[in-house]
Amino acid sequence: MANIIEGLYYCESHEYVRVEDGFGYIGITDYAQHALGNVVYIDMPEADDEVTAGEEFGAVESVKAASDLVSPVSGKVVEVNEDLEETPGLVNKDAYGNWIIKVELSDPNELTSLMDAAAYAAFIEKK
Amino acid sequence: MENKRTCLYDKHVALGALISPFSGFDMPIQYTSIIEEHQAVRQRCGVFDVSHMGEVWVSGPDAERFVNHIFTNDVSDAPLGKIFYGMMCYPDGGTVDDLLVYKMAPQSFFIVINAGNIDKDVAWMRDHAEGFDIELEHKSDYYGQLAVQGPESESVVEEVLGLTCKELAFYTVKSIETEGETLIVSRTGYTGEDGFEVYGSHAYIRGAWDKLTQNGRCQPCGLGCRDTLRFEVGLPLYGDELTENISPIMAGLGMFVKLDKRDFIGRDALLKQKAEGVAQRLRGIELDGNAVPRHGYSVIADGREVGQITTGYRLISVDKSCAVALVDSNLELGDRVEVQIRKKTFPGTIVKKKFYDKHYKK
Repeated sequence: MANIIEGLYYCESHEYVRVEDGFGYIGITDYAQHALGNVVYIDMPEADDEVTAGEEFGAVESVKAASDLVSPVSGKVVEVNEDLEETPGLVNKDAYGNWIIKVELSDPNELTSLMDAAAYAAFIEKK
Repeated sequence: MENKRTCLYDKHVALGALISPFSGFDMPIQYTSIIEEHQAVRQRCGVFDVSHMGEVWVSGPDAERFVNHIFTNDVSDAPLGKIFYGMMCYPDGGTVDDLLVYKMAPQSFFIVINAGNIDKDVAWMRDHAEGFDIELEHKSDYYGQLAVQGPESESVVEEVLGLTCKELAFYTVKSIETEGETLIVSRTGYTGEDGFEVYGSHAYIRGAWDKLTQNGRCQPCGLGCRDTLRFEVGLPLYGDELTENISPIMAGLGMFVKLDKRDFIGRDALLKQKAEGVAQRLRGIELDGNAVPRHGYSVIADGREVGQITTGYRLISVDKSCAVALVDSNLELGDRVEVQIRKKTFPGTIVKKKFYDKHYKK
């Protein structure tokens, strides 16, 4: 059973965003890492790149396949998680502890269109 | 159309396997993780359900002549129990399939073909059987097949299955009478490790699977790691490295094409390819970085596309990203190229298409 954490925002493409001090920490959900299997590479944007809600900003590669990363929110990338460049498999160990990019939110209202933990749990239950 | 299932399908589901369609079958891709299963085969022992593979018996006074007519390797005067790898080719040299031919008796050959090509191959064999005094028996629905692979596979097959196999040399086969049926046991595989393949009735294969997976010495392995294992040691997969447009010569498999044989389908075209060279051939590519090259991605040199990836992975046994690609023949080992991965290009070097050494027991 996939782990889902209270207090995060989720989207249907299985990314989450954790909001702290106006910054969004974006990663893939536990459900996503489990479905992908062993993650071997993460194609990340660079600091200062802009990401847009609903648009692709990189990819997660498992042994078998590449899967697009879609941003739940819009904003400027202020940091990428460099640990994942060396050890992408960290997202399999702890998907929520290992965010992929940190974004300065340009429109916090976008969060209202995302799912909360209960809604995401119901969403993956249906799959 | 509904996918087929092997005789072990319910056992894969019970083990919690991730099931995906492959070559018309619903097959297990992984049970725990591809990396874990891959390492089990490299370091200890794994068992694969490969019952989706097809089997054909060719027997009769002209069996040897018929096999030599449709097959690129040469089975003339082979000792009993010898196994040959090779291809069936179209007249233009393109590949119908790659296959194993087992010499079981003076006038009898057991042929193993790829699951996705079963109907095509059997039709091809029947269409070219005219004028040969042979009997063709298509037995894919009868046989189940297990591949037990890894450095400990010999003792696992001997002790867990109770099958005497120590004396089998690499690429040889024997029949074993057990439980009222005749099993076929060969020292073969598709992983680059020592290993055995066992062909038997569905009932036998189901029992053997249980013994192997409940014993603790043998990891159930899915098709996910079967592909990473074969790729690392440079073994081709039909559909990627061999196709109707990729001949064995283009694939660098000329050692399995015996052009000195008097006649076989495709010989003239392959002889010409060997003599005059081919426009494109398979090469290895090692990327400088960690990005993952995949089937269909473009290979670029001097700003233009020079070929496409056939298979690529972030390797498991070696910390590298590597690919095999069909590229222009003028590219040499050591040449620099780029691979287009999504919106970016990643630099790499042309290398041999074997990235990890085989550990066969010869």
